[in-house]
Amino acid sequence: MNRIQTLFAKAKAENRSIFTAYLTMGYPDMAFSEKAVEALIDHGVDIMEFGVPFSDPMADGPVIRDAARIALQNGANLKKILASIARLRKRYPTVPFILFSYYNVIFSYGLERFAEEAEQAGVDAVLPVDVVLEEREELLEPLRRHNMTIVPLVAPTTHLDRVAEIARGLEDSFLYVITVNGVTGARAELPHELTRRLHDIRQVSGMPVLAGFGIGKPEQAEAVCRACDGFIVGSAIVKILLDNPNDEGLKKIAEFASSF
Amino acid sequence: MKNRTHYGIYGGQYVAETLMTPLAELERAYFEAKKDPSFQAEFDSLMKHYVGRESPLYHAERLSGFCGGAKILLKREDLNHTGAHKINNTIGQALLAKRMGKKKLFAETGAGMHGVATATVAALFGMECEVFMGAVDVERQAPNVERMRTLGAKVTAVTEGSGTLKDAMNEALRRWITEVEEAFYVIGTVAGPYPYPMMVRDFQSVIGIEARRQCLEEYGKLPAEVIACVGGGSNAMGIFAGFLEDPSVRLIGVEAGGKGIETGEHAASICGGRLGVLHGSKCYLLQTDEGQIVDTYSVSAGLDYPGVGPEHCLLHDTGRAEYVAINDDEAIHAFDMLSRYEGIIPALESSHAVAEALKRAPNLSGDDLIIVNLSGRGDKDMQSVKNYKAQKGL
Repeated sequence: MNRIQTLFAKAKAENRSIFTAYLTMGYPDMAFSEKAVEALIDHGVDIMEFGVPFSDPMADGPVIRDAARIALQNGANLKKILASIARLRKRYPTVPFILFSYYNVIFSYGLERFAEEAEQAGVDAVLPVDVVLEEREELLEPLRRHNMTIVPLVAPTTHLDRVAEIARGLEDSFLYVITVNGVTGARAELPHELTRRLHDIRQVSGMPVLAGFGIGKPEQAEAVCRACDGFIVGSAIVKILLDNPNDEGLKKIAEFASSF
Repeated sequence: MKNRTHYGIYGGQYVAETLMTPLAELERAYFEAKKDPSFQAEFDSLMKHYVGRESPLYHAERLSGFCGGAKILLKREDLNHTGAHKINNTIGQALLAKRMGKKKLFAETGAGMHGVATATVAALFGMECEVFMGAVDVERQAPNVERMRTLGAKVTAVTEGSGTLKDAMNEALRRWITEVEEAFYVIGTVAGPYPYPMMVRDFQSVIGIEARRQCLEEYGKLPAEVIACVGGGSNAMGIFAGFLEDPSVRLIGVEAGGKGIETGEHAASICGGRLGVLHGSKCYLLQTDEGQIVDTYSVSAGLDYPGVGPEHCLLHDTGRAEYVAINDDEAIHAFDMLSRYEGIIPALESSHAVAEALKRAPNLSGDDLIIVNLSGRGDKDMQSVKNYKAQKGL
């Protein structure tokens, strides 16, 4: 069993939901991001998603775009992010680490070199934002050879038969279900038919299901968790740090994480 | 599955999962339309009565005389309604949008010609229209912004990144992800995720099919060379499509060399880029060593794009087409030459193709023909050319 499977088995036994946090790495610099990850994990985050900044973040809302732009200006890159992950892995041996990236950054790095270094750093899975089922084999093959998996996305537009196809072969992972049409970013309200949808997706995939995009409040997290295994918070955390790129911000995200 | 969506290793569908269902619906609708004779008939009728096709294949005699060597023939896409080849594609896509019951079109634009062409068909079909345009391009192509607004479109300036075509396309993709049910995304070039490269090429292939027939009718033979400028590559793919099966015809794509490939300030993806993934497809891409997309540069807004259509990448690799770069100075020179020798003011984009013809014609014999795709007219570029010359002290 990989770290993801171990965590989900444990959470199931304890009858609790999984809290996943996303962070744009390198905002405002790498050292700060590492402290932010520690603050999050120390205050209840179960799975950590490490966002790799990209110059053309087509699926992201303004918050994550701003953070990515500043991170790139300050010299963030994949190599430094993997080095950060390696350091954090020593401190957190069991927390699943997901690398969240646009494909070109990984592809340009060299898929084999990437897979080898990501495994060494302690990455468990890659979530490639713009690599869909039809294109994923090229990435999945080297990842498999290095004992990693892919976290696939399921969108509101994804039909259930496609969900089943997406799930096939990734049973050691979980599904990241996008709750709303649109880019990343917290929303005031989530669609009311979401509960049914999450239930159906869980049924056809047979995989653990986490819901993300638009979740920024404990009430929203609680609501989706009635129908799935957990939730993902990204922009809401990044927003706190954008407004407070300092020790105050670290304190605030710790409090924020504790509130879930 | 690979073969359907890819051109060799290029192309594909590198998009957010949200877009996979709409892309599948689009592909299905497109294939159905293609089989429907009434769709083709409506397209042909609009091409004739609304766009004003066919466009002439004009022998630029004075320009040819000046160069010496081959006869230079201009495929006059600049004479189409709206002043460029872009309208061929937007009519096709708008007809498709209508079939699919979509009420709203949106598009990205660089030079503004695709934006104008989309705004035009939106007016024609009574649809809503929003055009995303980089803030830098809004400045340098101001007349086209006014045209789009006059046609009833909303023009949204995109300030992120370099404020050019790629940033406009990022924003258009974000809008699509958000309004996936209601809106139809009219991509202006042979890039983007499958089926766009195929669809846009098909709609633009009218250029090459016509040019080939006109050339045979008028001159009784095929051209030695066909030259077209390449940003994303839609006018080039459109004219190449007519000649792909004629091995004697050399196909030459002209990229924007900007200040020179060696300076790094250019937009020549094939000549100066390496394999990558952007905006839905795998292609030659201008990027840093770390896989970040770089800010491209060209005097011509329509060529100012870091990627290139996947079919061009394959044609380059197989050697069926050659890709070269023309820098700003050469393009401006060609712009002046065509204006003064033929009374035709070309778009700065098309001026790149004209410049390449000026280089090549003297190496061929007087019996040889070169067809240049004159993809657009230059009215929109008067200010850019004036500024460029003032800067250079010309």
